[in-house]
Parts: sequence; structure tokens; C-alpha cells
Amino acid sequence: MTETIAQGPTQPTALSLVPKAEAKQSMKDFKSDQEVRWCPGCGDYAVLAAVQGFMPELGLAKENIVFVSGIGCSSRFPYYMNTYGMHSIHGRAPSIATGLATSRRDLSVWVVTGDGDALSIGGNHLIHALRRNVNLKILLFNNRIYGLTKGQYSPTSEAGKITKSTPMGSLDAPFNPVSLALGAEASFVARTVDSDRKHLTSVLREAAAHPGTALVEIYQNCNIFNDGAFEVLKDKEKAEEAVIRLEHGQPIRFGALAPDGFGSKGVVRDSVTGDLKVIDVTEEGTGGVLIHDARNPSPTTAFALSRLADPDTLHHTPIGVLRNTERPVYDTLMANQLDAATEQQGKGDLGALLAGNDTWTVVG
Amino acid sequence: MTSQVNSTAEQADGALVGEQRTTGEGGGGKEVRRLDRVIIRFAGDSGDGMQLTGDRFTSETASFGNDLSTLPNFPAEIRAPAGTLPGVSSFQLHFADHDILTPGDAPDVLVAMNPAALKANLADVPRGADIIVNTDEFTKRPMAKVGYAVSPLEDGSLEAYHVHPVPLTTLTIEALKEFGLSRKEAERSKNMFALGLLSWMYHRPTEGTEKFLRAKFAKKPAIAEANVAAFRAGWNFGETTEDFATSYEVAPATTAFPAGTYRNISGNLALSYGLIAAGRQADLPLYLGSYPITPASDILHELSKHKNFGVRTFQAEDEIAGIGAALGAAFGGALAVTTTSGPGVALKSETIGLAVSLELPLLIVDIQRGGPSTGLPTKTEQADLLQAMYGRNGEAPVPIVAPRTPADCFDAALDAARIALTYRTPVFLLSDGYLANGSEPWRIPDVEDLPDLSVQFASGPNHQLADGTEVFWPYKRDEATLARPWAVPGTPGLEHRIGGIEKQDGTGNISYDPANHDFMVRTRQAKIDGIDVPAVETDDLSGEAKVLVLGWGSTYGPITAAVRRVRNAGGHIAQAHLRHLNPLPANLGEVLARYDTVIVPEMNLGQLATLLRAKYLVDARSHTQVSGMPFKAEQLAEVFQEAIKEAVND
Repeated sequence: MTETIAQGPTQPTALSLVPKAEAKQSMKDFKSDQEVRWCPGCGDYAVLAAVQGFMPELGLAKENIVFVSGIGCSSRFPYYMNTYGMHSIHGRAPSIATGLATSRRDLSVWVVTGDGDALSIGGNHLIHALRRNVNLKILLFNNRIYGLTKGQYSPTSEAGKITKSTPMGSLDAPFNPVSLALGAEASFVARTVDSDRKHLTSVLREAAAHPGTALVEIYQNCNIFNDGAFEVLKDKEKAEEAVIRLEHGQPIRFGALAPDGFGSKGVVRDSVTGDLKVIDVTEEGTGGVLIHDARNPSPTTAFALSRLADPDTLHHTPIGVLRNTERPVYDTLMANQLDAATEQQGKGDLGALLAGNDTWTVVG
Repeated sequence: MTSQVNSTAEQADGALVGEQRTTGEGGGGKEVRRLDRVIIRFAGDSGDGMQLTGDRFTSETASFGNDLSTLPNFPAEIRAPAGTLPGVSSFQLHFADHDILTPGDAPDVLVAMNPAALKANLADVPRGADIIVNTDEFTKRPMAKVGYAVSPLEDGSLEAYHVHPVPLTTLTIEALKEFGLSRKEAERSKNMFALGLLSWMYHRPTEGTEKFLRAKFAKKPAIAEANVAAFRAGWNFGETTEDFATSYEVAPATTAFPAGTYRNISGNLALSYGLIAAGRQADLPLYLGSYPITPASDILHELSKHKNFGVRTFQAEDEIAGIGAALGAAFGGALAVTTTSGPGVALKSETIGLAVSLELPLLIVDIQRGGPSTGLPTKTEQADLLQAMYGRNGEAPVPIVAPRTPADCFDAALDAARIALTYRTPVFLLSDGYLANGSEPWRIPDVEDLPDLSVQFASGPNHQLADGTEVFWPYKRDEATLARPWAVPGTPGLEHRIGGIEKQDGTGNISYDPANHDFMVRTRQAKIDGIDVPAVETDDLSGEAKVLVLGWGSTYGPITAAVRRVRNAGGHIAQAHLRHLNPLPANLGEVLARYDTVIVPEMNLGQLATLLRAKYLVDARSHTQVSGMPFKAEQLAEVFQEAIKEAVND
């Protein structure tokens, strides 16, 4: 668990106020009795299994865990978790979760959302949750399509995409969720892929430990309406060139292995434009390769990394934790204000409040 | 506005009561007259501080012990172009030595700080009334701005009034010349000069205002003293100048009030206190999720001040997030509230529907204003009734509670919380701009006498399966109330999932079964229909009335005042007033059937009348006004008289 920056009174770590489980838990403890109803082959199954498998590791009392979702295929997620849960309305899960997390700091609150839910109808709530840094963990399942309404383009679909609602191609420029989150100054931003359980779990682990809002974009395959959308990132050979795996403190290298054990491509800063670019690493040229610093207080480099990916081909897609920084957590600040007010004014006295300062008496 | 005692005085017109006398010492032998009531209207530019002046006069009046009722009226623009008609801001105050119900139909005294204020308000001022004008502003440009080619002070057009020309600006600057303020700074205190003058005219106590000014400008003592000096100069001006030959006394309303300790309170403040009190009585933390909107924002401001009561206030990114956060807090076991006005309710509709489906307690406070769309943000209306009643997709019944006076907002908030917590349902609290900003004396309740609103969270299994297993069913209902259990996260063994999709009765699992849906829709409706609301009381003293007037919400004051006028003129009329609009009181149908004619005055186009006609097949006669202003008692009285005449002739 990460240590945190103190801002005024102490800021607890992400889960320090959440009661611990009395007994050791297993994946089974987190499976609800409800039949899972996603399409066979949906990427959501893999994410559900990864989350259920990861939860025992946290060792939290499961009655203190809440999953809140919006509307969409992925938003059925809470029904399958044997925790408290709410399947709410389209796009609004971050706001509902904000009310819950800010009023109940003894809970571990997770939001499950999709690209349409979080970035289209709920875009406003997402950016404001990120800016406030409420203690929420947001899992954004991005399949780049509307599944539950049967195949319209989404705000992350590539421009020109042919769908039921865009027979001549989509006219929209897509959002890059990671760029958007970094632009909203999210304190924790990561990306992972449904099929890579190990990577997905490692990202969940870091997100869970993060005090404040964590946004985890999960590339998730919709095998019915947008099958193979992320194939280039999953195919072993293609992925070598397409995926940039980020690890804090490690050089940003990818591609076929170079003699030094790192990838043969590297990300460097262009000395003229200041932007990032990919180069072939030569033995002499490794010096300029950036070392990934997820804890950099400035989001600038993380944003530049997020822009390396080609929205159409997904080439040079960074995955892993792009940003993991500490800043004051909204619910902690809110609680501190309540404490400070009580300290300064004393515990509220209703009788005195109702009477006010300006009264007169009528004798019967 | 404190009791429904039948009094002749509401229709008295500033009548002289008791003796006249002259002051002996220091008053230059001026005459003092006693009045039973007075209506004053302060009017000026938005930047002239008329609301503050009115508030201060109100506080002085309240502490003196008069009954009172106020009507602030201001434009939506923060600073409309100076000196123009749209920029006029006014504050009307009615105070009396007896029980009164409204801010008054027409002012006895108009204070006009500039030509725009005179022009905008003159039509409301009856002939013979006093008009105090700031002559310094009656120069060419300010007059031209509002279309006065010739000064109305000089062309004889005000001959029917008692005009008191006072160079308020000059006198204020003169009074403050020792303070070393710029002309502009000194001018700003002219509202305090006017307040001082009026305070002299009506024998108001002054200590409160001086104390207030010193506290308000604590960080700028020079400005504080300048304002105090202007205030005193205004008082002294009244005392010495010959133009003001008479001052007036309005005795405290000692007999109008039951014994107790009183304060003055506005509707929004009373409502805020009601919410805090409800949190305490329920022993639940109060959580407000809100987005600023006129005229509801003051509740957000007020609750934000009381964090030491454990009150959490969350200013959200929009109306939807405001109610979303409140609903999230309700799921977590808070007494959750969202505050808004009509346009905000429109945005919150989907979440209200979710709250209906989740069956969680949630208060939706709608301070109604003129609509549709942005409408009249600072004016009053009652046109959200049908929105509150029906403004959602599907069958989504929500209880509705409406306060009748500013002070009643306190009790109405507690009542709305009782319903929400007992029945696990969202509840509408329908106030309006008139109640929100208007004020009246309030008998401060004893905290020990407040209702017990304590709730019982679910703590363990509530159902036994056929095989004997003990389980928790989130939608297994209480037989008496049909409320479902409130199981908050953190309770071991009760982990459950709820959502907006139709749920199976009992288990709460997703269900698309046709018979189950039919059952659940009817059950949710039955729960709301079965809410315990008191019977509506009918005020029909003579028992001879053929006409019933039925109102709801803030029309209570004007309707009751009009009923008194009718009765004082010998007419027979019955009155009833609804606090609960959904469900309606069980005896309402029987009450309606008792009368030949039912009149329903509303500040909309007949929304309650529509509901009554649909439910009771009664020929409810709608009387409506949507001017953004409350009804005038005199006009309502005429409508009632007409109806009585017709009923008798039938």
C-alpha cells in the first residue's frame, strides 16, 4: 500500500478505513448466485474472473465493498459480485458512487462503466469525479462499440467506422480515455487488456492501493459487434510492435528484444518539438530513452505517452500505469472540514440553532 | 401569519386605532398616531441595497413584536443596467398589531430611490398613500431612462398622493462629510439614511441595526461608522424636518401570538433548519447533493454552514449529479436531500425514477419559480405540481408535501422526512419563491417536542427458504407500510444488489416476468397510496357555506386573508388547505362533495383542479394567476363573493 501525502490532517491510505475480513477469502466468496448473462465469448467474463480472483488479495470485509454501475453490457457486473451493489442509470454511476464514498469512508467503492456510459452520456460525471479525486476505483470497459443497443458506434470508435447508425462511416473523432483522464488531472490512470489476466490483476492491485480516484481503462473485446478490435494488441507477434508496456522506473522500450534485454524500440523526447517519438534503439542511442515515471507530478509526459497510440491501428499503445500520483482526496478533505467545524464551533446544538440571536418572548 | 384566528383586522386599511398624541420633549411637538397595521415598500435600483434595507426593517419590526409578512421582489440579473425599469428591486413589508397573513396587497408607503423605482411601483400604490422620493435622482438623465419627459414631482401627476421629496443622496453625503469618504462611497449609505427615516416614522428600535452594521463591516470600521451615521442622520431628519409632521406607532401583536419565544424566519431558512432537525430526529447524517439554482441556492448555502451538525454538502457538477450523490448517500444510510427548482427537477427526473425503483428514502426539495424553461427565476409560481406528480417515465408515484407559510417550511421538511424514511421512498417537498424569500415570525419549537423519526436498518436475514435456509430478501416488505428493508453496506450477511431493472418480488433479483411486473407496479403504487396523512380540516364556522375554497402551498396566506374579508362582510365560505398532494387526504372526496361550489385558486393554470376533477369527478372551479406574484387578498375576496352570489342564486 502506498504512503500518502499529508495535506493538513493526515490523509489515510486508500483502504485503511475499510474493515478487514475475519477469515481468509477465496474467489468463490465473491461470486453471487446470479447466472452470468453476457454473450458467450464476451471479454467481460475475463474481467469478472480477474476481479473476483483479485478481491481476496485485498482481504477486506466483503460487506464493505460496493460495486456501482451505469447502463450497458459491462454495467451488469455488480449483479455477479457477492458484495453490495447498485446497477443504476446510464452514465450516472460516478455521481452515485461519489455520494456513497463521501458519506461512507469505511467502504471500498468501485465503479464499473463502459465507453458509452462513461464517455458519452456520463462524460461530465467522469471528468468531475477525476478532478475531485474521490476515493473511487473506476473500471472503464472499452470495447469501442455500443453492445447492449446492438452495435452503434461509440465515442471511442475509430473515425469512419461502419455501424448500424453510420452506414457511410462515423463522422466522430474518437476520445482516447487515457488522454481524457489525464487532461482532467486524474491522479491515477492506467490501461490494461481483458485477455491479459496477469497484467490486469497487477493494475487492479495498484489501483486499489491508490488513495483517490483511479481510472483503469480495460480494452475489452465485444465478439458480437466489434470482434477483434484489440487483436493487434493480443496477437503475440503483432503485439511486440504495437504494445508499449510501461513500468515505473523502467526505460520505455518495446519491440523485439535488443541485446541488452530490453525492446529494440524506445520512446524519446524530440529535442526540436518537445514531443515524444519512437526510435529504433541502437547501442549508442539508448541514452535518450525515457525512464517511465508514473509518479511525476506533472501529467505532461504521461499525456504525451497516451498520444503515441494510433487511434486506427492501435500501434504504439501504452499499457500499464501511466500516472500514479498523490494529491488530496476529496472525501478526506470533506471529513476534515466536518471535524474542523466541530472543533471550532463545538458539536451542533439544535436548540441554539433554531433560536438564533434575535428573539422576543410573548407571555401568554 | 401565526394562527388562523378570525380577525377583522386583516381587511383594515391602516385604520387609526386608539388615541393620537403629541410627543413632548425633543420631538418638536410632533404628532404620533397609532395604526393597527402598515405596508411599506422599499424600491430602488438593484445596486441600492433595497433587500438589505427591507431585511433590517423586518428585523427591527420582528424584535419589536409585531406580526409581519414580507415580499422581496427582485430581478434575475445581478446588476441590470442602473436606473432602468428592469433593474428595479423592491421589498414589501406588512406589519401589524394583530395576526396577519400576507405581505399586503398595496403599500401605504412607497420609498422610491430613483425615477425607475417610482415608475415601476406607482401602479400598486393606492391614492392617498405616502411616497418618499429621493429627489436627487430626479434629474434629466435618470428620468429620460424611464421615459419621464417632465419630472413627475413637478407636473402634478402625483397630486393624489402624499409626496415627501427628500434629497436622500445629498443629505447622506452631507452627513458623512467628516468621514473622508469619496462621494461614491458616501452615496452608498443612502439606503441606511432611508432606513433611519422610516425607523423614526414607525418608532422602530434601532440598536439591532447599529449592531448589525458594526458586525457586517467589522473589518472596515470606518465604513461601519459611516453607515451608522447615515442611519442616525435619517432618524434625526425625520425628527426635525417639518415635512414629516407625524410619526406612527404600531403596537406589538401581543394577543395574536401564543406564548413562546419567537424569531423572524424566511421559508428557505426554516426549510434548512427542518432538514437539520430531521437528521437529528432520525439520528442519521444529513447529506445534501445540490447544484446552485435560484431560488433554492440559499438552502445549499445555509446547510454548508452547519458542518458541526455532521451535515455534508456536496455542490455537484450538475443537477443530475446532485441527486445522484444524494441517492448514493441514501444507499449508504444517510438522510439524503437534493435541492433545486423546476428546471433542475426536469434534469433529475430519471434519478427520481431510479429512487422509486430502488425504494430508498430521498428528499427532493423544489423551490418552484416561474416557468417554463428558465422562465422567471426570481418570481414565484406553483406550476411544478404535475411535474412532481407525473414527470417520470413509467408508473413512478412520489409523495408530495407542500408548506403553506415561510415558517411552515420547518414542519413540512420534518413531515417529508418522516414519509421518506418510513416508506423508503423519494418525497417531493414543493415550496416556492414566495415562501422561500418571504418571512414571518416563528414560534421556536422546543427540540424535545420534535417528532421521533428514528429508523431501523436491516440487521439480519428476514426470510426462510423452503429448505429452512435463512436469507435476506431486499424486497420483502413490511406488511403495514409496504416498505422494504433498508440494508446499508457494511452490514455483514446482507450483501445484495439493487438496480433500475424490474425486480422479482421479495428477492429483488432481475425479473422480466409479466405477472411479477404487474404486481410490482401495483405494489409500488399501493405503498404510496397507503401513506398515512392526516385528514384535511375544513374551516366552516357558520356551517352555512355553500362554497368551499381549497388551496395548497403558499396561497394559504392570501386565501385565508380573503376568506376573512368575505366573512367580515357577512358572507359564508368554507376553507380547506392541502399539505399533502400525494396521496391526498382520505376524507377529501367527502369534503368536496359537501359543497355546491369548490373554488381552487392556484398560481398555475389549474393543476390541482385537474387532479381533483380526475380523481373525484367534482366540478372544481379553477381560479388562476401566473404573474410571478402571489395572489392579492382583495382580488381573491371578489372572486369568492361572486361564487357565493352564484351559489345562492342557483
